[in-house]
Amino acid sequence: MADALLQGKGLGKRFGGLAAVDAVSIELHVGQIHAVIGTNGAGKSTLVHMLSGEMAPSAGSVRFAGHDVTRWAQPRRARAGLGRSYQRTTIFPEFSALENCRLAAQARAPRPWAVWERAANDRAGIAEAARALDAAGLAGEAGRIAGTLSHGGKRQLEIAMCLATQPRALLLDEPLAGMGAEETGRMLALLDRLKATHAILLVEHDMDAVFRVADRITVMVDGQVIASDAPDVIRSDPAVQLAYLGDAHDEPASKP
Amino acid sequence: MPSDAVTAAAAGAQASDPPDIAGLPDIGRREAGGWLVPAAAAAVVAVLPFLVSPYAQDLIVRMAIVAIFALSLELLVGATGLVSLGHAAFLGIGAYAAVLGSGDSGAPLYVLLPLAVGGAALYAAFVGAFSLRTRGVYFIMVTLAFAQLAYFVVHDTKAGGGSDGIFLYVKPVLQVGGTTLLDLGERLHLYYAVLAALVGTYAFIALLLRSRFGHALDGIRVNEQRMRAAGFSTTPYKLAAFIVAGGLAGLAGFLLAVKDGAVNPELLSWHESGAVLLMLILGGIGSLRGAVIGAVAFTLLKELFQSEALVGPLASHWQLTLGLTIIAFVAALPRGLIGLGARLRGAARG
Repeated sequence: MADALLQGKGLGKRFGGLAAVDAVSIELHVGQIHAVIGTNGAGKSTLVHMLSGEMAPSAGSVRFAGHDVTRWAQPRRARAGLGRSYQRTTIFPEFSALENCRLAAQARAPRPWAVWERAANDRAGIAEAARALDAAGLAGEAGRIAGTLSHGGKRQLEIAMCLATQPRALLLDEPLAGMGAEETGRMLALLDRLKATHAILLVEHDMDAVFRVADRITVMVDGQVIASDAPDVIRSDPAVQLAYLGDAHDEPASKP
Repeated sequence: MPSDAVTAAAAGAQASDPPDIAGLPDIGRREAGGWLVPAAAAAVVAVLPFLVSPYAQDLIVRMAIVAIFALSLELLVGATGLVSLGHAAFLGIGAYAAVLGSGDSGAPLYVLLPLAVGGAALYAAFVGAFSLRTRGVYFIMVTLAFAQLAYFVVHDTKAGGGSDGIFLYVKPVLQVGGTTLLDLGERLHLYYAVLAALVGTYAFIALLLRSRFGHALDGIRVNEQRMRAAGFSTTPYKLAAFIVAGGLAGLAGFLLAVKDGAVNPELLSWHESGAVLLMLILGGIGSLRGAVIGAVAFTLLKELFQSEALVGPLASHWQLTLGLTIIAFVAALPRGLIGLGARLRGAARG
């Protein structure tokens, strides 16, 4: 396989005496959805924070597209093509869906000094935003105030805002949280389309969904990786079953 | 009408044409009447000197200067979401720069004005570089601390006249080739210069807010984490807003020094910083018109409650009456005086 687009090597994060993440290595490739599963407190979100640049690792390094980005702040990594979504929806609830995405797209062409230009005339940004909304299945909601979208719509908008920045890698932290079956189906279809051109990291609790779309699964327990392999191998790994999958997989984790 | 625009935009998006968002509710900062209302208000103020007494003209000039000060803080509080409790420092530095730069023999306008605005902006860059590392209540306290620092420097050093302040002996003049274009010692010259400064400040901030820079500030106010995740380095944006706001406060300070012909340390005091925040709350945060209306209302109320002819012996307790009145206003109009218009229109409709 070609070189990894995003590569975390020996990543560790200590909070005082507690090792939230310990010696975790992970690779993302274009064309692949790499799922990270694990119980609450396993360190999944901390791992995403270190990859996205919101948290400096205590140990290890992060490489992205051939650069060592370990010391890059999040905005710089984002401009280089590393997009992320959050577990708790983070959109601009008072702006229209289109403006949410246009503003995200603006990060690529910020022109802050051009104070005589109206943001509303940002043709390229609007076109990019419309494309992103379309890709995320929100083409019909461009003018809606984001705060009035359904829960699933807001999650889709969060992905659309990611796409509007033209990322090459996507770090998605529980994009399915709180979604119904139909919304989940739409989101998984979207992820499946996106993986052709993006490297995707998917942190998710919904095991059915993970096994439906993931090409590779990494299992974390207490901040450490206990297994990382193809879904079929993970499913039959006794250590994984013992530590985590056993209960969760018997009762499908579809939430209301 | 908005639903038409939405449908049109949706159709545009589906046809993979860039949709026109001009008619869309994009960020909720659009105000009824667009440019018409502020332009009409400025025109009315422009003819008032022919209709009202010199006392009233003086009051209008004061209100206009205070409005510039309030607008400069609105850029921080309303647009960027940065609540500063030290904004008077920049007003005071602008005022002191004008007076100290003028000295005993005076200096031309084109020297003093950039000195005042630049001096205030420079201190804003210094304060912003430190205070913007903090958030929320810590930001409030750090800006307050830097303002107090400036206050005590001015209060306790001889150069600025100490606690008594210092006089501006020569009002600045703008001369080109021997002809005097603008003499700020003349009442009418000052009146129109201040009005022009207010119009210019309002237009400049309105321009900023509709630009990409302004939309980025809006995004930072609503959700800074998302802005960083999208790729905006948010600190330089906030610092730029802080410096611009400081410079505009310096402009207000310059005009105040010229109008009063004197400065004193109280200009930099936290009372002034608190008062300008109150003006924004009174007028309605998140609206340029609200900032102007709040400044006008605050100045009028203060004038009213300080007037012995109108309120008798209560005049010496004006802080109490003014404070109670503002509490009553804010309780009745949580979105400020600017919300009153929307509420009345709503009542008329339904």
